[in-house]
Amino acid sequence: MSVNIHIQAEDFDVSDEIEALTTETTGAVASFVGLVRGGDDLTALTLEHYPQMTEREIGRIAAEAQARWPLESLTIIHRVGRLTVGERIVLVAVAASHRAAAFEACEFLMDYLKTRAPFWKQEERGGTTRWVEHRDADAAAAERWRKP
Amino acid sequence: MNVLYFAWVRQKVGRGEEVIEHAPALRTVGDLAAMLAARGGGYAEAFGDMRRLRAAVNQVHAGLDAVLAPGDEVAFFPPVTGG
Repeated sequence: MSVNIHIQAEDFDVSDEIEALTTETTGAVASFVGLVRGGDDLTALTLEHYPQMTEREIGRIAAEAQARWPLESLTIIHRVGRLTVGERIVLVAVAASHRAAAFEACEFLMDYLKTRAPFWKQEERGGTTRWVEHRDADAAAAERWRKP
Repeated sequence: MNVLYFAWVRQKVGRGEEVIEHAPALRTVGDLAAMLAARGGGYAEAFGDMRRLRAAVNQVHAGLDAVLAPGDEVAFFPPVTGG
């Protein structure tokens, strides 16, 4: 089981990352890519994080996914800094023998990333900036994984 | 203790980190937040309503009742919005 966690300013190549995850025994790879969504005059997002805590917290989240599903390997890449509309923010890719584990673990990892990993988004619209408020829907999405 | 601030908490207090001596009166994260709020100005704005804030001690999410020790790294920040 390999776990790859990267916090970086640079973009990533989704195909390369998926290719790097697969082995002869891999039967399924599920991946999620989050993008800077345009609209409402949004021009860019700036992502701030807590460097010492971010990798540790994502590591804890990844360990929980490994404990819950039979996974082969996973990659989480989260970008920081200023990103313009259409740019990739985050990649979660999970390799497993079968698709159910890959799909579920991918969704679990995203839900937990959004509610546990110490990142904060600031929106830029024209010349003004505003910190994004957390959404109750994100907390609810993470909470449902607690149910039996 | 090294105390860190992120996102709008950092902007309101006007700095990213500072050193605060551990003291008996600062037994918990909540005690530290109350002391910071009492400084007034940007600190009062940032720490006036702790329901809007989250905290971590030594890079692990922590509640207001978490007990502090000398040398701890304590961070205050808004609910996270990454992903």
